[in-house]
Amino acid sequence: MKKTHIIILILIAVAIAVLVSYMGDLTTYDTIASANQKEGKFVHLIAKLDLKQPVQYDPVKNPNYMTFTVLDSLGGSARVVYHNSKPTDFEKSERLVLKGKMQNGQFECNEIVMKCPSKYKDDPNAAKKNLTSN
Amino acid sequence: MQYIGENLLPGQLGHFFVVLSLVASLVAAIAYIKAANALVPEEHNSWRKLARISFFIEAGSVFGTFAIIYYIVSSHSFEYFYAWNHSSTSLSVNYLLSCIWEGQEGSFLLWAIWHSIIGLILISKGGKWEAPVMTVISFAQVCLATMIIGLYLGDTKIGSNPFLLVRQHFQDAPIFQRADYLSIPQMKDGQGLNQLLQNYWMVIHPPILFLGFASTIVPFSYVIAGLWKKDYSGWTKIALPWSLFSGAILGTGIMMGAAWAYESLTFGGFWAWDPVENASLVPWLVMIAGLHTHVIFNATGHSLRATYIFYILSFVLVLYSTFLTRSGVLGDSSVHAFTDSGMNFQLMLFIAVFFLPAIYLMARNYTKIPHVVKEESSYSREFWMFIGALVLFLSALVITWQTSFTPIYNKITGKTTAMPEDPEFAFNKIQVFVAIVIGVLTAITQYFKYKDTPRGTILKKIAVPTLIAAVLSLCISIFSGIEYNKQGIGFLGSIHVALFAALYAIVANMGYIWTGLHGKVKAAGASVAHIGFGLMLVGIIIASSNRKVLSINTTGINLAFDPKSKEKSLENLTLVKGLPTDMGKYMATYESNDSTSRHGTVMYFKVNFKNKNGKEEFNLYPNLIRNTKGQQGFSNNPDSKHYFGKDIFTYISYADDMDSEKDTTSFRKYPVNVSDTVFYSNGFFVVNKVVPNPNNDKYKFTSSDTAVMADITVFSKDGRQYKARPAFYVKNNQANYTLDTVFAQNLAIGFGRILDGGKIELEVKESTRMVPFVALKVYEFPHINVLWIGTLIMIIGFVMSMVFRLKQSNRLKVAK
Repeated sequence: MKKTHIIILILIAVAIAVLVSYMGDLTTYDTIASANQKEGKFVHLIAKLDLKQPVQYDPVKNPNYMTFTVLDSLGGSARVVYHNSKPTDFEKSERLVLKGKMQNGQFECNEIVMKCPSKYKDDPNAAKKNLTSN
Repeated sequence: MQYIGENLLPGQLGHFFVVLSLVASLVAAIAYIKAANALVPEEHNSWRKLARISFFIEAGSVFGTFAIIYYIVSSHSFEYFYAWNHSSTSLSVNYLLSCIWEGQEGSFLLWAIWHSIIGLILISKGGKWEAPVMTVISFAQVCLATMIIGLYLGDTKIGSNPFLLVRQHFQDAPIFQRADYLSIPQMKDGQGLNQLLQNYWMVIHPPILFLGFASTIVPFSYVIAGLWKKDYSGWTKIALPWSLFSGAILGTGIMMGAAWAYESLTFGGFWAWDPVENASLVPWLVMIAGLHTHVIFNATGHSLRATYIFYILSFVLVLYSTFLTRSGVLGDSSVHAFTDSGMNFQLMLFIAVFFLPAIYLMARNYTKIPHVVKEESSYSREFWMFIGALVLFLSALVITWQTSFTPIYNKITGKTTAMPEDPEFAFNKIQVFVAIVIGVLTAITQYFKYKDTPRGTILKKIAVPTLIAAVLSLCISIFSGIEYNKQGIGFLGSIHVALFAALYAIVANMGYIWTGLHGKVKAAGASVAHIGFGLMLVGIIIASSNRKVLSINTTGINLAFDPKSKEKSLENLTLVKGLPTDMGKYMATYESNDSTSRHGTVMYFKVNFKNKNGKEEFNLYPNLIRNTKGQQGFSNNPDSKHYFGKDIFTYISYADDMDSEKDTTSFRKYPVNVSDTVFYSNGFFVVNKVVPNPNNDKYKFTSSDTAVMADITVFSKDGRQYKARPAFYVKNNQANYTLDTVFAQNLAIGFGRILDGGKIELEVKESTRMVPFVALKVYEFPHINVLWIGTLIMIIGFVMSMVFRLKQSNRLKVAK
């Protein structure tokens, strides 16, 4: 066997090991109920903002603290604590992907991905709505 | 129905050009196949003539199509969907081109334009490789033309036509039942260009990136030509400058995208391992791997098979990236991919029509591709270069896997896997080792000679650079340090080692220009590119691991209602207008906000930074851009202060006027005498006196003015006292009054007017929304310039190599 072949094999083995370990790092998308079962484990929670409950954010006092309530499609509901500033047009979001952990009955959120009527993408429906409004 | 005011000619002409380019490129491809397979020179020449003419027509139509789209967008012909959806009248002229590449069709067209130009250059060079190479390029033009043809075969949509009218796009919308629909307000202006793309980098980054994508087809075509004509190694000398060109341009395009992300996105960095970024990085890595094995082959005859594989994959990965970013499969995992446009099958076919024939040809000819049976010596340059190329290639494979695993796996299995908790770290923890290996290999490999190196000389030559790099990296590690401890000691250690490897690459390649090439600069392209690459690594390592958040709330007050405020990093700092706030090294003051742009679409916030050492003061203008395309709200646009050694980077994370709700509280009027008391919800205030023509720290009136000021003391429930001094004055025959605001009490007091009988009217408002403030995030990026300078040097190195190799291959031609 040639040296290069041995090195190729070693490198491929390393690459496979790396990829397998990557699979172990993968997380899941969850509903509120399933996130509750995995208390303390990092999940992506898919939910939408409950507009009937207050969104608390008072940046004059503390720009790094907001709380709000979310609902998911299965009817679950959870209080979310987010230690960062309130995203623009938060109330208008259609769907939220919340990254964080369920802890003591509330969701400790590290990052919010808002699915607004899309920030970056062309949304045909939004364009259409625009066209037919007023 | 006859619609009023539509200008249909450009659209018809444009679509005609698209069809013409499809037909012409198809004819060119077939004629080039015939020419390539022709056995008699006359037959070859006549087919080639037809092919060339068709390709000229093809190129002309592509330029024509582009010119017409530009015309439609620049003349604001909003009856066309492309203009209506991607531009608006308020857009400044600089960004009209950006509108074209905002849409899928425009970016395909851009790609086709570069293919045409590359094709024309290849034709002008002529030679025996023209026919087979141009067959591949003409065929690629056929595929790209189908992407913008916009035909329906039954229910299957082929391509998407950029010349559709709005009324064709939204066929059932009621407004099109009117013949004069163009006079309706929503047709008078377009949806606008995405606010984030309104940045000068977005004018230049897409053309360069697409030139990079387009250029990967040239080495691919030579590979196919070699396999097809069974002349496996005849192309390697003339194709090398093209690979260098591809590496240079694709690298530039990627880094311009990084510069855009750094300047206009708010994740605070230049790279986020976003699928869209990865999709362009991966073909570059594979191209660089191919470039190195190519050089090995030209020097020693080794590694030709690897070169074939790398060049095939580099182009196929470009096609794959097209699929990833345009098919919508990335959905949740990327912030800036296109949405599903119903062309997924066509996009997959685009990959298959190039990949499958290439694999087939490769498999059939694999054993016939020349290779050297004797093994490379471990004291040879080719051995270590090959290992380096292999590591680059595997790194590309790992990135591809990590990028496409979750979306594709979920699509197939219906499961709900998601990216790891810290997606960036998932990439970094692997790529840091790639950086170490590549850095060290970049440093030492040039010191080996091809074939074999006399034992002992290497150690002697490499000793000095090794020592210098070790001392340098130790100095940086010890004195300026790497302040990155989020991921534990193991990762931190790897960063230090990577820093050494990167410095090693720089120092050793500098040394090689000196000792190996004896200062012959013309031949030093590779070393220069390696120095640039090393500098990029150093910049990446230092800037990303030493990034500091400056806007940390250090006051420790006002955070009582967040029980976790001690453990969470409080990275946003609230600045109340006019109030200097402690921010580490600086005192930051939010001074004013201004909507200066022509159409009020951009709102600037002037924030003043004063270094506490008293020597440094500057203003930054982070701004908010009003969202386009019918969305409400704003997007952030950061601003930075550039120093040689660092950048101060800031953006508005929250501004009170970002939320569209209006302040509905109104003023209440109180007629009062001096020494009267007025109550408000949180205490009371007393009018101490009324001063005519005040001259103090707040007002500068003289006895010739007509002005009065109320001197008021506010007593809040918690026992604090505040001063309020509203004034009323006449200027230019007009009554003016200045409010005075007690921000701490959310209280604004105005001097309304002077009433009869010595009374005055005070206007009082209480509102939580009246204190103008912004929440700000401020980063310090140390040595980000090293990254940009390194990029520049790397590109210069590529260009030097290209010039050197071009001269070499021209000399070869002359010698023949």
